[in-house]
Formats: sequence, structure tokens, C-alpha cells
Amino acid sequence: MMKRVIEYLRSLMLLELMAGLGVTMRYFFRPKFTINYPEEKTPKSPRFRGLHALRRYPNGEERCIACKLCEAVCPALAIKIDSSRREDGSRRTTAYEIDLFKCIYCGFCEESCPVDSIVLTGFLEYHFESPEEKILDKQKLLAIGDRFESQIAEKRKQDAAYR
Amino acid sequence: MLDTLIAVFDWVKSQYLIWTLLKIVVIVLPLITAVAFYTYFERKVIGAMQIRIGPNRVGPLGLLQPFADVFKLLLKEIIQPTNANRFLFVLAPVIALAPALAAWAVVPFNDFLVLADVDAGLIYVLALTSLSVYGIIIAGWASNSKYAFLGSIRSAAQSVSYEIAMGFALVGVLILGGSLNLREIVLAQRGGIFDWFWLPLLPLFVIYMVSGLAETNRAPFDVAEGESEIVAGFHVEYSGAAFAVFFLAEYANMILISGLTTIMFAGGWLSPFEGVPVLGDTFLGEGSIVWFLAKTVVFMFMFLWYRATFPRYRYDQIMRLGWKVFIPITLVWVMLAALMSVFGLVVKGS
Repeated sequence: MMKRVIEYLRSLMLLELMAGLGVTMRYFFRPKFTINYPEEKTPKSPRFRGLHALRRYPNGEERCIACKLCEAVCPALAIKIDSSRREDGSRRTTAYEIDLFKCIYCGFCEESCPVDSIVLTGFLEYHFESPEEKILDKQKLLAIGDRFESQIAEKRKQDAAYR
Repeated sequence: MLDTLIAVFDWVKSQYLIWTLLKIVVIVLPLITAVAFYTYFERKVIGAMQIRIGPNRVGPLGLLQPFADVFKLLLKEIIQPTNANRFLFVLAPVIALAPALAAWAVVPFNDFLVLADVDAGLIYVLALTSLSVYGIIIAGWASNSKYAFLGSIRSAAQSVSYEIAMGFALVGVLILGGSLNLREIVLAQRGGIFDWFWLPLLPLFVIYMVSGLAETNRAPFDVAEGESEIVAGFHVEYSGAAFAVFFLAEYANMILISGLTTIMFAGGWLSPFEGVPVLGDTFLGEGSIVWFLAKTVVFMFMFLWYRATFPRYRYDQIMRLGWKVFIPITLVWVMLAALMSVFGLVVKGS
């Protein structure tokens, strides 16, 4: 009986409610976690797997030798390669297409490539406005490679010790 | 030039209707603006309490966010449900909003700034604050939707329960203040922060604030909206401008309750430092409209603070709290207030 009365009087003091209000007030003054996205960005690992690119050697020669290892290893069957002999006798791709809707960004193509040609860049803010743009052809991939070459090289250098 | 201006001013002042309309505009326009920025304030405060930063994209610091919201809502279509009572459906938001604005007529901003210095101000305020629930009830009924109807039933029951506690809390103020005139109630609280009525009427003060939450259907008493149970309660079927008016009404009511709490329990426009020797003659020591607005903003902040802190009450808990806790406590304290008044423990205007 006495216990119930004390309990009742305690509840009238609203102690729990005050404690709760204290918690929210403490959080009110905490530094905020929010990142203002376009202006601020979270750090990204050098192993981040973003948009694909085909690289070139420093002399401008494309790296890809049409070995088709990436096409073979791709679990989503997103890569399609046609190859033929070029005039100078080297083996080169005539078509190299990646279907971005099929691709699961697993990075196996990058790992299988013997000449470091197909790579996944750190670039993730891409979009397209019509369905046919989902196919990245050879020209587009090489252009992406040219655009991000310095970034790709930097990524590779940072991760070199673990490869 | 100046003479003509003065002449025009005198003429306007002599035309009773125009002069009163002007006064109404001077009160209502800042009020609507305050409502707009209160929504922004709410999102910022609750954001901060959830360790977010809230809206900051539209305009500097996101200050134009409320206007973006308003224009979005105004451009949207107003959908009327089939078999809805068209007249009442459109009337309901107006009925919800009008009392929240009308009650400001008797609110004294300072010693002389009051639209209508009526003698029965307290009764008028009590009547109007309970009127806005009809907007919600009519909205629920006119929508011809079960969720809306459930929401308005809940709102009606809740208002009936808390209206009584609220009324008794005001009876305490009435006994100590010795007047129904809001200006005289404030003047009865003269003499620094410890002479305001919140101290002798502490339980009534708390109960008035909590009942205010329940009256305005704010968290933790927002069962009338109850997103998790009945979608959006009474305003499920409302969209566009009609929804915006409901929104406006809810926030205007919150500001009104904050203002009334300031007047009844926190000394209205009086300064908390009144009688402190150091500040006695400075701006801080004197009562002014700034103090009224500052205290109102503090109470407005508390509305948001409660929303960020407390989970929603269960329906039977709301009823239990209203009938079995608040009403007995207010009854007892009204008696105590009468005794305090009779035995001179609280001297009016000391």
C-alpha cells in the first residue's frame, strides 16, 4: 500500500519525462552527422567499384588485347567482345560493350585482366536518360578511361602493395 | 506633405471599421508569417534533436523552405471524395483556422497593445480554443471516409476530456488573478519571475501545457492523426490548399496556446527581472512586447521538444490521464488556490 502511494507520487513528479527531455536536449547540441552531399563527400576506399573504364598505355595505345578473360569471368554476362587482327598484325577488339543494367559491379573483370585494361573507377555519380545509353561501347569506355586516368593510376598506386 | 499624411491618418482613425480592419491585419499578417516560420523552426529543432541539420537547401539556411512548401500545396489539386458533403468539406478547414486567429483579439501584447480589451477575455479564449475541434469533427464527417471518421471521433473524445482540466486550470488563474480580463490577469502577476502564477499554480501550469498539447492534437497526443494506425486521421482526404489550411490551423493553435500560457502563468509582457536592483531601470527590467514574444517562443519551442521526445500515448492511457489524474489534481489545486488567495499567501500585483 505504502509502496503504491510512493510510486504514485513519484509518477506525479514526471521524473522519467524530465530524463527523456534531458536526453533530447543533449542531442540538440551534439555536432550533426549530416554530410551536405554535393558540397561534402564521405571518404571513399581506393578499392571502390564505380563506373567502368578502358585504359591506355602512356603512349596512347589501348591496353586491351582481346583475351576475353573478362567476358569469360563475368558472372552476369554483361560484357560482349568482338576481336580481329589489326593492320599492324596485333590482336585488338573491334567491339567492347558493357551492359550497365546487367553488371553487378563485382570487379571480377578488373581482377582477371592481365594488362590492367578494364578497370572500375571511383566515379559513381553517373546517369543516363534513355534506355539505350545503358550500353557502354568501346569509344565511351576509352573516353571514361582518358577522363579519369590520373585518378585510376592513383588508386592503383595506393592499392599496389595488396595486389 | 506631413500635414496631409497626418490628416489621412486621423481620418482613417475616425473610421471605426477601417481602423479595426487595419488592426486585425497588423495582428494576423505577422501571425501567418510566424506560422510559416514555425514549421521551418519545427523541422530544424526536431532535426537537431535527431542529430540531423534539417532543411538547408531553399534560400539561405533553408529559410525559404516554408514558402516552397506553401507554393507546392497551393499548386496541387484539391480532391473531393465521392459522396463527400461538399459544403462541409470545404467549410471544415476554415472552421478549424478561424478560432485560432480570432482568439488573438483579446490577447494583450503589452499594457496597451490589445485589439479588444474585453472584460470576459478568459471566457472568450476558453470558448474559442474549444471551438476549433469542430473543424476537425466536421472534416472527419464530411470526408465520408472511415479513417477520417475514426480520427475525428478520437479528437472529439480527447477534446471533451481535456477541456475540463484546461478549464479548471484557468479557474485557478482566475482565482489568483481576480479578473477575467487578460490584461488585468497579467498585471496581477507583477513583481519578478517568482510572482508569476506558474509558481503558486505549478501543477495547474503543467496541466495547462499538457492539455494544450492534447487540445492542439500534437504529439504525444496526436491520436487524431495517428499516422501508424489511421493514416492521417481527420485530414486523410484533404489535399492542396485545403490541407494547407489545416496545417496552418494546427500551428496557429500551437502559437495561440503558447501565447495564452505566457499570459496566464508566465507574466505576459512583464519582465522576469522586475525588482532586481541592478537592472531596475534598464530595458531588461521593464515589461515590453519583446518579453511577451520571447516567452511565447520558449513555450513554442517546448511543443517541438515534446514532439521530439515522447512517443504517442495509447488511447486508453489518454483517457485515464485526462479523467483520473488531471481532473482530480486540478480540483484539489483550485481549492488550494482559493485558500492561498483567502489567507493572503499570494497577493495580487505585489
